[in-house]
Amino acid sequence: MQHGKYRFIVGFLAAPLALYAIFVIWPFIQSIYYSFTDWTGLSPDFKMVGFDNYSRMLDDDIFWKSLQHSLWFALLLPLVTLGLALFFAFMLNVGGRRRKGAAIAGVRGSSFYKIAYFFPQVLSIAIVALLFQFAYNPNEGAINGALQAVGLDSIQPGWLGDPDLALWCVMAVLVWSTVGFFVVLFSAGMASIPRDFYEAALLDGANRFTTFFRITLPLLWDTVQSGWVYMGILALGAESFAVVQIMTVGPGGPDYSTTVLTLYVYQTAFRDGQAAYATTIGVALLVVTLAFAAVVMRLGRRERLEF
Amino acid sequence: MKTTDTPPAGIAEDRPQVVKTTIPPARKKKTEGGVLNVFSHGVLVIWAIMVVLPLLWAVMTSFKTDKAIFTSPWSLPDSLHFENWSRAWSQAHMSDYFLNTVLVVGGSLVGTLLFGSMAAYVLARFDFPGNRFIYFLFIGGMSFPIMLALVPLFYVLNNVALLNTLHGLILVYIAYSLPFTVFFLTAFFRTLPSSVAEAALIDGASHTRTFFQVMLPMAKPGLISVAIFNFLGQWNQYMLPTVLNTDPEKKVLSQGLVELAVSQGYKGDWSGLFAGLVMAMLPVLAAYIIFQRQVVAGLTAGALK
Repeated sequence: MQHGKYRFIVGFLAAPLALYAIFVIWPFIQSIYYSFTDWTGLSPDFKMVGFDNYSRMLDDDIFWKSLQHSLWFALLLPLVTLGLALFFAFMLNVGGRRRKGAAIAGVRGSSFYKIAYFFPQVLSIAIVALLFQFAYNPNEGAINGALQAVGLDSIQPGWLGDPDLALWCVMAVLVWSTVGFFVVLFSAGMASIPRDFYEAALLDGANRFTTFFRITLPLLWDTVQSGWVYMGILALGAESFAVVQIMTVGPGGPDYSTTVLTLYVYQTAFRDGQAAYATTIGVALLVVTLAFAAVVMRLGRRERLEF
Repeated sequence: MKTTDTPPAGIAEDRPQVVKTTIPPARKKKTEGGVLNVFSHGVLVIWAIMVVLPLLWAVMTSFKTDKAIFTSPWSLPDSLHFENWSRAWSQAHMSDYFLNTVLVVGGSLVGTLLFGSMAAYVLARFDFPGNRFIYFLFIGGMSFPIMLALVPLFYVLNNVALLNTLHGLILVYIAYSLPFTVFFLTAFFRTLPSSVAEAALIDGASHTRTFFQVMLPMAKPGLISVAIFNFLGQWNQYMLPTVLNTDPEKKVLSQGLVELAVSQGYKGDWSGLFAGLVMAMLPVLAAYIIFQRQVVAGLTAGALK
């Protein structure tokens, strides 16, 4: 067993680790270093400026707006998405009419729903964003068209053009596209909960609400929690970047009403040519992301239930 | 649908052979269940419509003329305007975007699986100093905001002439797919029995040969799951190419479509844009419907671990 073991380990780890170090780890370390410089990205020359970028960031209104929006994304999106997904998954798996011989049953056609709900998950977020950008169009869009068709001519919001509405429109798109994934995920989790538990609860006279809060949710808690972290990280990172960048004017929305931290990093670095300041905002994003994950893990910690 | 709305008929239909044997208390419970059933069914149907309708609407719109799109967004096309599709395919460069995407995703998928399984195998099955550290180095990459790294990475790639090249993009895709791939496959390799590998080693196979001829075939279910996960992630990737691949000639599908949306906005060719969108949407949706079970298993396996 020992023969050539270390040569093998090094041989197998070298390429993946080198790739990962060069393209992922090293840029992260560099970013943190650059956040203390005045590097523009356009020229190779820069000098250390200490905490100048950080104090500038604290006075930057757009930064605070982006941070606020990003926090909304991280807190609200998982709440709405996971809430809806839990409801749907419960209905699909346990919400059906009780039949003879089975204490619990899913609604009819539950496999069809699971397939259909999952559709948005396999589409690129770019396609979804473009589709909804068109649907939200105030003059020719499908949503206002549908409102007119049902006689609500008086309600014709500007959607993405309205600073008060734009952020919610963008969030709704992310909810639309991610609920299906969690429905399927929670369904798989619910399927592994032993049926005896439901039968025992039914014998004791529990109704469905009690069953959900006393049996399903506690036993599913680990999955919900990891889903929460996963969704929050997506909402802070790549997903929010794509929808905001594609859908809202600017990009970033009217009067910066939809800008998020990821987008602000991108714009500062590649549009404004202030790479060092961009990395500073990026470091703030890193701190927010790690804090978010830590808080969710901490708040969600409870006794692990074995079953 | 109708029959499930009225509880007694529903019961009768579910199990015709046991009709009317229910005792009164049970009947009361079922009525309560029936009301809830109508409600839950209603909500489920509404959400299904909300998901499917925009997609059908896009397909329908891609066959309309520009004028019809604006004057009556909800009506059916007067005739099937296939010229929208051919215009999008050739003039709007959809064919180039498809080709670029296939090349990039093909290359990165093979690389991700190869490098990911190599690293995961070593980390899962061998004890050596630094094992834990390297493992957590990989895992940590899952929770970092990628945008932070992209700012310096842009200039790093620029310096080594990998910016705006397809092979550069492939390397970046592989690197950013490794954290999840290593995480998932490490857990998978740990579950495989070690006796088979030991038998192969005793028979004189080298570690490398054992890996490729014994362990990889055994890990096939895990590899398929992680391949589907990475395929969808890389095919739909938007942020990485937007930052690192700005050459119009090299654009991949997702960014090409966004580009198309901007340029067609000026030209007013919305039907062409919708044809492009549907063209990009259909292959993935079709593949999903065919491989539905595997896709769902592949995408949810990681989160359930």
